[in-house]
Amino acid sequence: MLEFRKDLFAAERDDNLNVVGKGAQRQDMPGHVTGRSPFFDDHAFEGLLHLKVVRSPHHHARIRHIDTSAAERAPGVKRVLRGADVPVNKNTLLSLINFGKDDEPTLAVSKVSYKGEPVVAIIAETEHQALAARALVRVDYEVIPHVFDVEEALKPGAPVVNETYPNNYFDYHDRYDHSKLRFGDVERAFAGADFIVDDRYQMSPIEHAPTETNGSIAAPEQNDRFVVHSCAQGLFFSLGTAAKILNLESNRLHFVGGTVGGGFGGKVDSLTEPLSILGAMMTGQPVRYVLDREEEMLYGSPRGAERIYIKDGIMRDGRIVARRIRSYFDAGAYTRLSSYAAIKCTAHLPGPYTIPNVSADIYVAYTNRCPSTAMRGFGITAVDFALEVHMDKGAEACGMDPMEFRILNAYRDGDMKAHRRVAKNTALIECVQVVADKTGWPLSDQARRQSSLTGGGGARADIPATVLDDNGRIGRPETRTGPVTETLPAGTMRIPMTKQPIMEGSAEARPTPPAVPQYEPYRPTPPANQPAYQPQPYQPTPTAPPPTQAAPPSPPSAPPPASAPPTQHGAVRFSSVFGTRRR
Amino acid sequence: MAKVPVQFRLNGSDRAAFVAPADNLLTLLRRGLNEFGPKYGCGQGTCGTCTVLIDGELQLSCLTLAATCEGRHVETVSGMANGPTLHPIQQAFMEHFAAQCGFCTPGMLTAARALLEANPTPSREEVIDGISGNICRCTGYEAIIEAILAAARSGQVRRA
Repeated sequence: MLEFRKDLFAAERDDNLNVVGKGAQRQDMPGHVTGRSPFFDDHAFEGLLHLKVVRSPHHHARIRHIDTSAAERAPGVKRVLRGADVPVNKNTLLSLINFGKDDEPTLAVSKVSYKGEPVVAIIAETEHQALAARALVRVDYEVIPHVFDVEEALKPGAPVVNETYPNNYFDYHDRYDHSKLRFGDVERAFAGADFIVDDRYQMSPIEHAPTETNGSIAAPEQNDRFVVHSCAQGLFFSLGTAAKILNLESNRLHFVGGTVGGGFGGKVDSLTEPLSILGAMMTGQPVRYVLDREEEMLYGSPRGAERIYIKDGIMRDGRIVARRIRSYFDAGAYTRLSSYAAIKCTAHLPGPYTIPNVSADIYVAYTNRCPSTAMRGFGITAVDFALEVHMDKGAEACGMDPMEFRILNAYRDGDMKAHRRVAKNTALIECVQVVADKTGWPLSDQARRQSSLTGGGGARADIPATVLDDNGRIGRPETRTGPVTETLPAGTMRIPMTKQPIMEGSAEARPTPPAVPQYEPYRPTPPANQPAYQPQPYQPTPTAPPPTQAAPPSPPSAPPPASAPPTQHGAVRFSSVFGTRRR
Repeated sequence: MAKVPVQFRLNGSDRAAFVAPADNLLTLLRRGLNEFGPKYGCGQGTCGTCTVLIDGELQLSCLTLAATCEGRHVETVSGMANGPTLHPIQQAFMEHFAAQCGFCTPGMLTAARALLEANPTPSREEVIDGISGNICRCTGYEAIIEAILAAARSGQVRRA
């Protein structure tokens, strides 16, 4: 029996992690203050070559011909790379988790879809030589019409930005042209509302502007491997992406990183790693590909632009009875992470408020702009800005104090959210109360007495009968069948539960764990023998006043009813890029 | 173009190299001498990550021709500590969490050193002015300003 000596390294086995409330030194701080922290570019290699790319000067153009002969003969040039040199010259980042279609080339071949898209890569002995040779590459472009506006892009006849998605929108699960949320009947609620507040919001793209620009150094290592010093925020995400694009076994790539000179989301796209590794493979020498500041600012992917329309129906007493949202994400020319951002956005709606009728349609639109990517809360940040500005406008419309208006409409523990999940651990009311307190904002006694812990649930936990109008039907127009208007019985869900769900498009069609439902196009008649629930026979909803939410009792008198959440919703979690998640 | 020889002192040690006439000091330090303290952030003198001291004066190495450093003394963040003992400004940066990603830190420390060696008791406004050429994208500067003021209060930074 082998016994380890416990006295050795005993101090390293201290499991006492009780450090909350105590000052602790960051372990990377000594490296930072001595200048020894190893950023990707802080590595010396003998024979280091430098890679620079030729970028498209046009927003949208077909490539007729590329002539690199002069560049290849230029002093110091070791190698010129074209699209044909890239083993798998089409990729989408989230393909590693089986989400979305490969749509983006590493080096453009037949057309360019945004200004700055890489077309040719030059590898030379010095940066100056690479830049000089870059100027010698001749690309014959045929400029074609471009589209910059998300709504223009979705109109019939708009220029096709991205051939993989010829309708200029991202296809969710190959079927759905957008991400959608339906809860109750907004149109009926609007008709009965005292005020309608309708507005449009727009956010521009935002560049992360890290002080360290994107880049990487790749070098041949022993055993036919390549060491890659990278700025990547997701080091193994980048490794997988590079292995796929280069058609290499991933264990031939040795990624070194983790010291990122500012990322903020702008270093998850693997902008440089595949080409620097390919360069090292082709030349047998270390290759460094670093964006200069101009490239970083112009062509490093930004936070995407968004356009958001919000329409609220508000009663005279300040209750919001309906909220409709239409939002467009500007993906730029390729998907990258925008498809995921839109799901996050949908999951976030209608904000931290209990609103009995909600309708949302979130589109990912392709335009001839620089592809956008992750940035601090992407998918949430812009829509939250729009929602909160809209809350102020709603308060103004019904003549209420904006803080009290928020407290009145805030979600509370036990309320049903529009995604059919019960709200837990809510704290908006308390946040507003604290802000009012800290800023000396006068609040009524009634507003001060409110609490997220009481007054929720009960009628507020109900799932209303949900209307599906033509706009609400899921699927492309040509696949739409069935009646135009359909009302599902309250409490039912439109995602059929199957016994052995299969993750859509999974490579081996392996049954995935149960409780992950299969997304299917909407079917008016639920299939027989569904295991999870028995739908009630359809009952027409009696004509009623506009469906409104029960106002929270104020001041709360009775303890909140211990309402059990509807069980059939327990299995479906609207989260993660798949739209569902096991819990 | 023919390369030219250049000899100078780097953090107290003699160095010699051949440089192209157009090479800047930042390229020489990083790619010629493997001195990775100064960083490339913009290459056009706006971000301050490449800040060094030349004969005690604050300079941007990306805008300094390497050949002009002949016979001069170049100091970087790597020369700040005295062996294993950190410089008081480095110590203050550690204690005040004055770095997040750490990329601007070498330039920021060098600028702080130049400031305190010229003016050991700066006001808050003078500290802000002293680091106005250095961009930090993470911290919001507050912790950095506090660290430099604390280093000044410690009285351990001597006038150069």
